[in-house]
Amino acid sequence: MTALLVDTSTAATAQPDAVRRRGGGLLRAVLSSKKAVVGLVLFLVFCVFAIDPGLFTTVDRPNELAFDPSLAPSSQHLLGTTALGQDIWAQLVFSTRQSLVIALVAGFFATVLSVLVGVTAAYLGGITDDVLSLITNVFLVLPTFPLIIILATYAGKGTLLVVLIVLVVTGWSYGANQMRAQTLSLRNRDFLESARVRGERRSYIIVVEVLPTMTSLIVANFLGAALYSVLTAAGLQFLGLGDPNSSSWGTMLYWSQNQQALQTGMPLWSIAPGLCVALLGVSFALINYAFDEISNPALRPVRRRRAKRSRA
Amino acid sequence: MTSPLFEARGLTKHFKVGGNLSRKSLHAVDDVSLVINPREIVALVGESGSGKSTIARLLARVYEPTSGEIRYQGKSLRSMRTRRQTMAYRSDVPMVFQDPFSSLNPAFRVSHGIMRGLKLHRPDLGRAERRAEALRVVEAVGLSPAAEILDRYPYELSGGQRQRIGFAQALAYRPKVILADEPVSMLDVSIRVGLLNLMTALRADEGVSFLYITHDLASARYVSDRLLVMYAGHIVESGPTESVLADPKHPYTQLLLSAAPDPRTPLEVSGSDIGEPPRVIDPSPGCRFRWRCPLAIDRCAIEDPLLRELGPQHSAACHVASAVADAVSAE
Amino acid sequence: MPSDRVLDVRGLTVEYGTDAGAVVAVDNVDLHVGPGEFVGVVGESGCGKSTLLFAIARLLSPPAAITAGTVDFRGDNLAAMSEKELNVLRWRDLSVVMQSAMNALNPVKSIGAQFRDTLVAHGNAKAEIANRSVEVLKLVGIDPIHLRSYPHQLSGGMRQRAMIAMALLFTPELVIMDEPTSALDVVAQRSLMVQIKELQERLGFAVLFVTHDMSLVSHFSDRLVVMYAGQVVESGPTRTVFDQPAHPYSRGLLDAFPSIRGPRLHLTGIPGRPPELRNPPSGCRFHPRCPVEMGHCKAIAPDLYPVGTSHARCLQHVPAADTAAVMP
Repeated sequence: MTALLVDTSTAATAQPDAVRRRGGGLLRAVLSSKKAVVGLVLFLVFCVFAIDPGLFTTVDRPNELAFDPSLAPSSQHLLGTTALGQDIWAQLVFSTRQSLVIALVAGFFATVLSVLVGVTAAYLGGITDDVLSLITNVFLVLPTFPLIIILATYAGKGTLLVVLIVLVVTGWSYGANQMRAQTLSLRNRDFLESARVRGERRSYIIVVEVLPTMTSLIVANFLGAALYSVLTAAGLQFLGLGDPNSSSWGTMLYWSQNQQALQTGMPLWSIAPGLCVALLGVSFALINYAFDEISNPALRPVRRRRAKRSRA
Repeated sequence: MTSPLFEARGLTKHFKVGGNLSRKSLHAVDDVSLVINPREIVALVGESGSGKSTIARLLARVYEPTSGEIRYQGKSLRSMRTRRQTMAYRSDVPMVFQDPFSSLNPAFRVSHGIMRGLKLHRPDLGRAERRAEALRVVEAVGLSPAAEILDRYPYELSGGQRQRIGFAQALAYRPKVILADEPVSMLDVSIRVGLLNLMTALRADEGVSFLYITHDLASARYVSDRLLVMYAGHIVESGPTESVLADPKHPYTQLLLSAAPDPRTPLEVSGSDIGEPPRVIDPSPGCRFRWRCPLAIDRCAIEDPLLRELGPQHSAACHVASAVADAVSAE
Repeated sequence: MPSDRVLDVRGLTVEYGTDAGAVVAVDNVDLHVGPGEFVGVVGESGCGKSTLLFAIARLLSPPAAITAGTVDFRGDNLAAMSEKELNVLRWRDLSVVMQSAMNALNPVKSIGAQFRDTLVAHGNAKAEIANRSVEVLKLVGIDPIHLRSYPHQLSGGMRQRAMIAMALLFTPELVIMDEPTSALDVVAQRSLMVQIKELQERLGFAVLFVTHDMSLVSHFSDRLVVMYAGQVVESGPTRTVFDQPAHPYSRGLLDAFPSIRGPRLHLTGIPGRPPELRNPPSGCRFHPRCPVEMGHCKAIAPDLYPVGTSHARCLQHVPAADTAAVMP
C-alpha cells in the first residue's frame, strides 16, 4: 500500500458549533446554567407532590367537605379552608398531579405534531410545504381563546381528554413554524445530500438524520408547549370549561372566584393555586434557558473576564 | 480498448427560476458529452456558475436531466427504475463533498455514515465484517488508529481528517467511480496535497476512477489524466491534461491559464477581463463566451460552436480555433 | 527610517479570555508598513492573521483583547486610543476592506446611500458627496449609475470593487484588507488585484493585505510576512521569501503548491496540522512538523533572526555571535 500521510493527531480542533454528545451531554448542559438548575429543582418538587401527595398532607380526599368552612391558616390547615369546608393545602397538593399531567401530555403531543408538520413541510418542499404551511399559519392566526372556548363548549363540559385535545390543537402551530425554519436551514447541508446520494429513503433521512440534529430545539419546543398548556388549562378551568369536580389548580381558581374569595377575606384560596400555576410555568421557562443557550451560542453569557494588559 | 464506465451525450439540465409563474429558465448544463474510463482521473474545471457541480449531481442521480442521456457501463440511467438497480448504481458511483464542516452529521459518530453505507450497499456482510471493513477503509485513507477515529464525533476531527472520512465512506462501497466535488478547496494549502495524493493512490491501489471537480487548474493538473473545461454550461475544451495546458485552444482556457497564480512564475497582468459571470438565464444563441472573447468574430454571435477534435484526442468548441486548425491542416 | 513608516506594530499580543484561561492568538508580533508599500500577511487557518488585522484596526470584541504592544500609526498609538479618537481617523486615514462584501455592505441600502452615510459622518457637504461618490466608483471601474443599485444586484466582483471604492472615499494613507478576493473566481481575483495595484500607484496609499492565498499575493506584494501559530515566522521582500525561504514552514508551504507550468512533480505537503493555541508546542512551535528539527528545537524558542534581507524564526539561523547564549 502506498505510504500516505498518516494522521495520528489526537488533539481536537475546537469548532464553533460543536454539538454536545447526546444523553449525558444534555444533562450537563442543563446543569451548567444556574437558571435551569433552579427550574429543574422547582419542577422536581412538583413532581414529588404529584407522585405521592400523601407525603405532604394527611387529608385523603381533598374535595370532601370535611372541615369547617372559611378557616384561617393554622397548624392543622396550612392555608386555611375554603368557603365550602375543604383544606386548601390538601387541594393544592393533590391538584399538582392533574396540572402536571396536562402540561406534560399536552406539551408532548403538541410537540410531536409540530415536529411532524414542520419538518415534513420543510424537507419535502413544493406543494406539500405550501399546503402544510397554509394550515399551520391558519391555526397560528386564529384567535386562540375564542377558539378554545368554542371547542370546549362544543365538546361538552370538559373531561380531561377534551381539555388535552383543545390544548394540542391550539398549541402546535407555533412550534411547527420553528421546526420548519430550522429544517429549511439544514436542508442543503452536505450530510443530508450525502445521505440522499447514499440511497437512503426520505423517511429515514427525516427521522434519523435530521431530527437528532434538532434535539435541543425540540426539547425547547416541548418546554414552551408545556408552559403554554399549564397556563391555558388553568385559564380554561377558571372559566368553568373544565370539570368543576376535578382536582386541579384551575378548578380551585374557578371555585374561589365563584365564592368571591378575594372579596370575602380568603385571599389564599385564590393566590395559592394561582401561584402554583405561575411557579410551574416559571420552572419550564427557566429550564428552557439552558436549551436556548445551547442551540444559539450567541445567547451564551460572554465571560467578560478580559485578559489583562501586562505592559504598555 | 476498454469500454468507458460513463458516457454522457447531449446532457442538458435547465432549472426554472424566478418564482412559480415565471417562464425563465436557467441553463445550468447544455448539451454536454463526456466520457470517463476505468482507472482514470478526469478533472472538470470551471468557475462558479459553469455547471460543473450540476454535472456531478446529474451523474449522482440527485437531479434528473432535462434531456440527453447518461450511460453507465453501457446501460442508460433512465432504464434503472427499480430500487435494486438504483442502489446497485449508487454503490458504484458515490460522491465526496466540498465542505468538511457540513458533510458529516454532527449528531453521530464518524462511523455512522460508513456503517450505514455498508449496510445499504454491502448487504452480504455480517455485523463483524462490516466493522472490519469500516476499519479497513479508514486505514486506507491514511487515518490511524482507525478504531479510535471511528468512535469520534466530527467536531473532534480537523477539516482534512473529515474529508478523508468522506473518501472512506465512498470507498466502503467498493466503487468504480468517485465523484469528488471540490474536495480540497476548503482545506488549507498544506493539507490539500495529502488528499490529492490520496486520490492518485486510491486509483492505483483500488482501481477507482475519479471525476475531480474543481476551479483550481493547478490541482487539476496535479492529479488528472484528462481535463474538461466548462464555461456557462458547455464543455469548451477537453483532452489529455498536459496537451490542454501546453496548448490551450479555447480562449477561455487561455484566460484561465493566464489568470491562475503560480508562485514560481510571474502572473500575466495584461488583459482587461474583469471576470464577469456569464449569462445563463435564457441565453441567446451563439457562443456564450463571445462578450469576453478577444478573438470573437461575427459567426460567434449566431452559431453555437460545437466540440471538434483539433488535435490528438484534444477537442475545443471555438469557431476561431477550428478555423485556425483547418488552415494549418490545409497547408 | 522608522519615523517614515505609516504603520509600526511592535510586540503586539492579543489574548482571548476563555473558561480555561487566556489563549494567546497573536504572540509578540512586530510588523511595519512604509508609505505606499504593499505588505502581504499570509498563513493558514488558525495562525492569527485575521486576529492581528482586527487588533490593528481596533475591531476586536470581548473576549479578545490586546494585552501588550503598540500599534503606531503615523505617530499615534492606536492601541491606546479611545473610541472617540479612533473615530476621527477611521476611514479618513485608515480604512478596512472586509472579506465578504455581502456581509459588510448593508443589504437594504443602495451603494450610494452607504457612501453618503460615510461622507456625512465625516462632515462632508451635500454637493461634495455626490461628486466624490461618482469619482470613487469611476476609480474602481464601476459605472456611476450603480450608485442606485443594491448590493445583491451587483456581481461578486463588482461588490468587492464597491467595497474598495468605499474604502478610498477619503484617500486614506493605509488600507487594511482581509482576504478580499477569497470569494471570487480566479479571473475576477486577478482583475481585482491588478486594480488594487493600479489604484495604489495612482493614489499612493499603503496596503496591508491578509490572505491564505500565498500564491496570489506573491505577485503583488512588496514584502511578505508569514505567520504560524500566532507568531511571525518569516518576513522579508516577497521575491526573497519565495525564492529562498529561510523558514522550513515557508518552504513547506511553497512546496505544497502544485505548479501549472513547468515540470509535474510529486508533492508531499506538510505532515500533521497546526497546533492548538491553547497549548502550543514547547520551544519552536513548528518543531513537531519540521523536516529539519535539530533536537534542541523543542526546548528553545527562537527569536526572529536576520537572514540576508529577511528574518526567520528558526534556530538554523541563530547568528554566530549569539550561539553561545542561545544554544544549550
